[in-house]
Amino acid sequence: MSAPLTYLDHAASTPMRAEAIEAMLPFFDQQFANPNGSHRFARQARAALDDAREVVADVLGCRPGEVIFTGGGTEADNTAILGIVARHGGTAVCTAAEHHAVLHAVEHIGGRVVGVDRAGVVDLDELAAAIDADVSVVSVMAVNNEVGSVTDVAAVADVARRAHAGVRVHTDAVQAACWLDLRDITPHVDLLSLSGHKFGGPKGTGVLVERSAGSFTPLLIGGGQERERRSGTQNVAGAVGLAEALRLTHLERDTERIRIGALRDRLVGALVAELPDVLETVHPSRKVAGSAHICIADLENEALLYLLDEGGVCASAASACSAGAMEPSHVLTAMGVEPRWSTGALRLTLGRTTDEGDVDRAVSVIVAAVERIRGFRPRAAR
Amino acid sequence: MRVMCAMSGGVDSSVAAVELIRAGHEVVGVTMRLWGGESDTGCCSIADVDDARRVAQQLGIDHLVFNFTDDFDAGVVQPYVAGHARGITPNPCIECNRHLKFARLSERADLLGFDAVATGHHARIVEHEGARHVARGADRAKDQSYVVHMLPQRELARTLFPVGHLTKREVRDLAAAAGLRTATKPDSQDVCFITHTGGRTKFLGSRIPFRPAKVVDADGAELGEVPAVELVTVGQRRGIGVAGGGPKRYVVDVDVERAIVVVGDEADLLDEAVEVDHLAWTARTATGEVLVQCSAHGEPHAAVVNGTTIAWRSPQRRVAPGQTVVVYDAGNTRVLAGGIVMSRR
Repeated sequence: MSAPLTYLDHAASTPMRAEAIEAMLPFFDQQFANPNGSHRFARQARAALDDAREVVADVLGCRPGEVIFTGGGTEADNTAILGIVARHGGTAVCTAAEHHAVLHAVEHIGGRVVGVDRAGVVDLDELAAAIDADVSVVSVMAVNNEVGSVTDVAAVADVARRAHAGVRVHTDAVQAACWLDLRDITPHVDLLSLSGHKFGGPKGTGVLVERSAGSFTPLLIGGGQERERRSGTQNVAGAVGLAEALRLTHLERDTERIRIGALRDRLVGALVAELPDVLETVHPSRKVAGSAHICIADLENEALLYLLDEGGVCASAASACSAGAMEPSHVLTAMGVEPRWSTGALRLTLGRTTDEGDVDRAVSVIVAAVERIRGFRPRAAR
Repeated sequence: MRVMCAMSGGVDSSVAAVELIRAGHEVVGVTMRLWGGESDTGCCSIADVDDARRVAQQLGIDHLVFNFTDDFDAGVVQPYVAGHARGITPNPCIECNRHLKFARLSERADLLGFDAVATGHHARIVEHEGARHVARGADRAKDQSYVVHMLPQRELARTLFPVGHLTKREVRDLAAAAGLRTATKPDSQDVCFITHTGGRTKFLGSRIPFRPAKVVDADGAELGEVPAVELVTVGQRRGIGVAGGGPKRYVVDVDVERAIVVVGDEADLLDEAVEVDHLAWTARTATGEVLVQCSAHGEPHAAVVNGTTIAWRSPQRRVAPGQTVVVYDAGNTRVLAGGIVMSRR
């Protein structure tokens, strides 16, 4: 594995931005204090936290007081679903293609799961039918983490509120931050989740936006930080790093979207041209620029991923279980993708560091690996 | 060689990796995820995967997890359940070796360009008259040749048992010397998908309907009843619905279809011969006296094989249908053949 590594798993995690790392450093030593104290060190840390909160609010198009720093996207999602049901009773509704942080939370409280179309986008009629006066929260992701499809969150919110005026709308926007202007999403929802490490911030950091106060019971109880919505001493360095990464992501988004979209088209175009029986899972017009999810017929992606790794290409399939084994994708199942195609699912996700060289190396490694697997005959048959 | 080492997270496969590295091979550790359901002792609990991965990290080798849960279900769990439903008692560990380790994994290894697959079984591979055979491990008390007996020549040519020449004590000493966290880990004993608390009853009960059965003696006289004929095994003595105090009674026959369990005394359980469905020979068919073993840690007994009939030198305890018999050479070293005991009806 001396060849240069080609990292095409940006949806799993993308490298931290140097500026974000730089911005975080003072808060590990010189400005280490607890931001909730009253002395000068504490005030310094508090100022940094407040600055970070304003930056995030500005990118999202909301008020700083609506921004809650969390320990990641999962915590934000869980807080929204479990916290709203805890406070208001009733039940939760989400789509079958949600990230497990939403889906498992909804299933955990016995909520309702609605179907999606071939692109992984919620069926609005089915959604409306699932919402009645007993539903206190509806959660629909802005961008799907596996296949990259974009949901019109404004339309979802509209349908949900028409079905039941009292419902709260949450969106998991974790995969949206790099690709969509969050100011087009935030105004339409009651709650929104982000995860720092998906856009160049640190892992273990996230944001939950709560547009109207008092909508949920906190998950973490204690010192009442984050305006009684998330107890625990704030991760000042993490919040600062997240904010700096989000600010830069927002600034560069329009140009990056075009650049990376072209690389994605080049990647998928070459794979589809060179390999028979490969389909692009979701049409490019319906997904974000960084997503190149394909399905390769009659092939086991576990073997493919090994050969790609050996060839220096880091990719993924569906989500991995806690043991690290590949699990069949619940997203592809929900989309109605036949097993013949879904077992050969390959998620290639591009990001800020991706260049043409990465794409061309990936194409040659993937083509060679697929041809090798397809040409393989077991010893028993030789 | 490039060797894929199946690492369960136990001490034997940990040391197998150590031995392969010591021998100069390029080693990649693989843990198979086989069972997705409830488990407490099995090979694929998350804690065991953690152990395997940590050992691999310590040894500086790559570690992968392959998800073979569907294959395990189709090749091991479903046949196990179906077997019990029709009154036979399969050995799931043998079927796992047959369908998973030395088929599915071995084929995957082949596809990915590995020259061999290694496991931590206490068994050896020897050459005899131009053919390869599974042979008993150096530690007779831990010998596992019985459960890997089915390896055909093409698998034997690319399988390694790196701890087969070691005693269990030596394996543990090597693990301790290497500072591996698995050095003192207890051996796994039971079927991985059967939990300690629920047992076979709970596992099968949630998958097949149990039917009560009459318990009768050889003359057909009714002695009692059992709640689940599917759980009764030939040779069983306890829990057969017959009041205690009298002579020791054993299950000598199970008729699932008619829901009848026949009991008798120890003598009624003795057979002159045992019939197998199909006897698969590793190399050539043996004539003359051989030794035949009927359970994982049972004693081998002298017999002569004629087609699918194994005739005992002296009468032996009846073997439950579905169980595996393994034929060894008269010197009690090499595996010559194996087969599954036929249902008597």
